[in-house]
Amino acid sequence: MGELRLMKGNEAFAEAVIRAGADGYFGYPITPQSEVIEYLMAEKPYERTGMVVLQAESELAAINMLYGGAGTGKKVVTSSSSPGISLMMEGISYMAGAELPCVLMNVQRGGPGLGTIQPSQSDYFQATKGGGHGDYRLLVLAPASVQEMSDFVPLAFDLAFKYRNPVMILSDGVIGQMMEKVELFDSIPRWTDEEVIEKNGDWATVGKRPGKERNIITSLDLDPYSMEKHNHDLFAKYQKMEEEEVRWEEINTEDAEYFIVAYGSASRISQKAIELARAEGIKVGLIRPITLYPYPYKVLQEKVEKGAKGFLTVELNMGQMIEDVKLAVKDNSKVEFFGHVGGVIPTPEEVVEALKTKIIGG
Amino acid sequence: MELTADKIKELVVKPENKVYTKTPLLTDKTLSYCPGCGHGVAHRILMELVEEMGLENDTIGIAPVGCSVLAYEFMNVDMQEAAHGRAPALATAIKRLWPNKFVFSYQGDGDLAAIGGNETLHTCNRGENITIIFINNGIYGMTGGQMAPTTIPGMRTSTSPYGRDVQMMGYPLKMTEIVAMLPGTYYVSRQAVYSAKHVRKAKKAIKKAIEAQLEGKGTSFVEIVSNCNSGWKMTPVKANQWLEENMLDYYHLGDIKVDGKLVKEIV
Repeated sequence: MGELRLMKGNEAFAEAVIRAGADGYFGYPITPQSEVIEYLMAEKPYERTGMVVLQAESELAAINMLYGGAGTGKKVVTSSSSPGISLMMEGISYMAGAELPCVLMNVQRGGPGLGTIQPSQSDYFQATKGGGHGDYRLLVLAPASVQEMSDFVPLAFDLAFKYRNPVMILSDGVIGQMMEKVELFDSIPRWTDEEVIEKNGDWATVGKRPGKERNIITSLDLDPYSMEKHNHDLFAKYQKMEEEEVRWEEINTEDAEYFIVAYGSASRISQKAIELARAEGIKVGLIRPITLYPYPYKVLQEKVEKGAKGFLTVELNMGQMIEDVKLAVKDNSKVEFFGHVGGVIPTPEEVVEALKTKIIGG
Repeated sequence: MELTADKIKELVVKPENKVYTKTPLLTDKTLSYCPGCGHGVAHRILMELVEEMGLENDTIGIAPVGCSVLAYEFMNVDMQEAAHGRAPALATAIKRLWPNKFVFSYQGDGDLAAIGGNETLHTCNRGENITIIFINNGIYGMTGGQMAPTTIPGMRTSTSPYGRDVQMMGYPLKMTEIVAMLPGTYYVSRQAVYSAKHVRKAKKAIKKAIEAQLEGKGTSFVEIVSNCNSGWKMTPVKANQWLEENMLDYYHLGDIKVDGKLVKEIV
């Protein structure tokens, strides 16, 4: 068993970044995730593993530091919260276009605009449908516990390098700020420069290798036919993610007639709601998407085929993921939404009430 | 004797007649720059230095957005293409992750002084151990000749068609003097490439800048005052004359900071 600690989600993430063998963290403080860079600075990873930690002058600079670092084939990571992630969107689009691997953490807070520092899940569309300009997708993981704030870091790096694509961990202010027991994984050594060149030297700018073609990192192509092909190549990659990387969790679904669909902190609240509803004899289960892109459409479709009587999506927004649930369910079952926004957290009792009025009785 | 192309080649192209060869660190791609533009010369001296200093396999360069957006097509080393203005941020991470590589950014005035002003300031202020080559032609060349932060007072551009009115449009920004004031910069110089004499001096300055980085001294920064005959709507010859008579009055040539010390009064 790995080392056990009581940690905040943000701290567990920061510790996991060091242990995952990251080469560089570049970030800018913003509530509710500033503990990440504070923890990293206090831990001196430049002494522990040789990892670079730098407080950038803005999120704009931070994401472009990631672009530069990722372009050299090293493991780079940043974290921010909603307004800061918006500011990074230009760079994220460039990284998707140039096919650069990186890990992005968004500890969501309420918006729009400067919004609030309270938890939210209102960046779902931004994270899963593109966000920046151009046709692209991020691979999006949604942690629902402090444990997953740690566990998803090495997974995210693996996926980022497997697909040469940015991976976003879409968390929220609840998961980032709450403390839970976490079992830390054993440290993974950082790649040596030689290993970086061996693994990524065919595409990364590591200095022109003698006897080999030089490498160029760019998202620019002025020839429309070649640019169209690039877009098709990107979508072939996204198609592969859709076939191979869908992850989800089911709780109490074996005999369920009704389903709550929720991710992140909303899934934790919904888990309690299911206990309460089951105590009243309602056969309800939870489907928790772990990857928000690619989305587990097939899982929902299977429930419909087995006669599901209705789906309630619970989100800390005005109803964003419900669009994906509707894409899966179509008109073959009932789909309704319940949520709060602006930093207001739904209670399990409210969720049960919504299930009764909107799905069962509705 | 009829002088065909092949005959000329046979008569002229002999090793003993050779006085100059293009460095292999410039590709054979036709430059996308207008004939007469200073970019080609700046590319050449930079790549000649990378070759002469034996840095071919240890160089990572960064191209900006602007006329030199395609610099990676011409400079035959590992290159990254940055978002508009962000080249110094890329360079920061690359150098910190690969401290033994020679890392440079090559940026125009719109890229470095306008949209990327913040990245330029903070990168220089942190004293990142990188080299910034700054091409200042006082105009946005690629987008068709709009006003730049460096456009001099009275200069006509497509967005200052009656001349830059400093009361309405602000003053030209002397980024090079600004970064020279920051403790993070070690070598700061302003050069030009419009005559053979100036090309030689500019090459010496860029060499000093590269050496500063190899010695780990902090940020080295070389501005090259250049021309834009297309944007300025002049012949190349006239553009060079205009540069000498007008631009250099505002942008004085020479070293500004050497060995971490100001060597010129900043006005």
